[in-house]
Amino acid sequence: MLRQKFELDSIEMRRAYCDALIEEAEKNPNIVAVDVDVQYSMGTKPFYERFPNRGINCGIMEAHGIGFSAGLSATGIIPFFHAFGVFATRRAFDQVFLSCAYQDLNVKIIGGDAGVTAAANGGTHMPFEDMGIMRNVPKLTIIEPADSAMYKDAVKFMANTHGNFYMRSNRRKTVRIYNDDARFIIGKANLLKEGRDVAIIACGIMVYQALLAWEMLKKEGISAMVIDMHTIKPIDKDIVRYAAERCKAVVTAENHNIINGLGSAVAEVLSEECPTLLKRVGVKDEFGEVGTQEYLMQRFNLTALDIYKAAKKCLKEV
Amino acid sequence: MYNRMKTAAAEIRKLAIQAMAAAGYGHIGGSMSICDVLAVLYEKILNIEPKNPQKKDRDWVVLSKGHSGPALYAALAYKGYFDKKELLSLNKNGTNLPSHCDRLKTRGIDLSTGSLGQGISLGMGAAYGNKIQGIDSYVYIILGDGELQEGQVWEAVQFGAHHNIDNAILIVDNNKRQLDGYVEEVCRQYNLRDKFLSFGYQVFEADGHDTKDIYEKLLKAKATKKPSAVILDTQKGYGCCFAEIEGFNHYMVITEEMAQKAISEIDKRLKRQLC
Repeated sequence: MLRQKFELDSIEMRRAYCDALIEEAEKNPNIVAVDVDVQYSMGTKPFYERFPNRGINCGIMEAHGIGFSAGLSATGIIPFFHAFGVFATRRAFDQVFLSCAYQDLNVKIIGGDAGVTAAANGGTHMPFEDMGIMRNVPKLTIIEPADSAMYKDAVKFMANTHGNFYMRSNRRKTVRIYNDDARFIIGKANLLKEGRDVAIIACGIMVYQALLAWEMLKKEGISAMVIDMHTIKPIDKDIVRYAAERCKAVVTAENHNIINGLGSAVAEVLSEECPTLLKRVGVKDEFGEVGTQEYLMQRFNLTALDIYKAAKKCLKEV
Repeated sequence: MYNRMKTAAAEIRKLAIQAMAAAGYGHIGGSMSICDVLAVLYEKILNIEPKNPQKKDRDWVVLSKGHSGPALYAALAYKGYFDKKELLSLNKNGTNLPSHCDRLKTRGIDLSTGSLGQGISLGMGAAYGNKIQGIDSYVYIILGDGELQEGQVWEAVQFGAHHNIDNAILIVDNNKRQLDGYVEEVCRQYNLRDKFLSFGYQVFEADGHDTKDIYEKLLKAKATKKPSAVILDTQKGYGCCFAEIEGFNHYMVITEEMAQKAISEIDKRLKRQLC
């Protein structure tokens, strides 16, 4: 499943996404794209070119776009709704909650520019809270893919599974973690490295950072387990328990506020089922700001070094 | 034909009042103001089969002002979607008839509503979805005039015009009142007709308590093959004597005695109306 060598992807994530959506739409005539003036940002333009009658650009109206998508899905259409993550969640939360989830409809919400990947758009457009908001929606599945291979597979899964999904995405080129033929099971995390000292549970762009931290720890003789928790909700409780049983401590790593994101979800499982020392690497309850992704990862302590330090601190405390 | 619609309107009013009296309270004002349009829709306009509520080519009704659910439930029971006795479970623990419309609980409810402003987008989605699948169907979206204060409504109206969603017909229950008082005093709506016209809609106005007028205007709206809105001039609480005289009738405590008097009055008025 894992690549021999981790390299920057040759294509952008948004391109991979749109390719996957077109592939699914070729097979299923009920799949449509709904955008809110984000065809270029979210990379969905090729879908509109391929299927001129199956793409609906609402204009800048997230609340209506979500509600409209929910109505579409009530007739059997499968809408993939695209918006910046901040607006798909913060702005349209009541619509996601009541128009989609409350009535068990079938809307696939793709929220762009996860966390620091919003980079030059700055604090107004930087979702550090989207997973936290969406975790409160009953029966909503939340996914954050680590690379384009996983992204594509997640599109396939969503297209073929009834229910409302929120997938936080990243439009940029990202380091490839997985082989092209890798397959994923939504709700079942990927155990990427076995270990016995400390377990690192990460999602999205932090999976690569976790793998880098694994190497740093290995050089010091520390055996780290690395888990890609691509499905934040429903969280894979089995693998959290497994990690807690095998290792002395757990570190979570997310490109998101540590409040109510991956770290909180893991903490809930640990505290209720297998109390274990936990350190959360993530944004410490701050607003985003403008800058390059690299700068922002340093600024908000989202690097492999931060994961490494958290792991070392854990092992010192246990 | 018009007698049939008038009778249906009276029966729907009576059933809705009985349901709310059984609960002891309810959104009486906004429920009463839509009974006539519901009678027209369910008696004469809609392509529906109460025994087959999921019929693929059915017409849809989206009660965007979802708090008026009791009136819609009464219409559904009147048409045989479920037993009229079930109306007496309104708002009771474990009921299939919650205060606001819920498609997962109530037979015949096409989409869940209650958060004002959302039903119009849902309805447009359903209309568009049916259209692109080649399903010949209309979606009737009932909005409150107070509800039009929600920004999402105007997102949807603009969207409907741009995409020429001609199989969704907007119906505005213009009863001039909202929860806190008169719309004019809370946040005036200016000229409703002009607002819809400026968005490119075909606009029709009807006396919302005259079933003949409502019927004719709905037929005209269907015939335009353009996005259209039918504005109904209504009175909040209309037809229910105790609600008609109450300044605050958005939500009232309703006793069995009040209900019985109101029902007798409805019967008396109906006799006078039938030609």
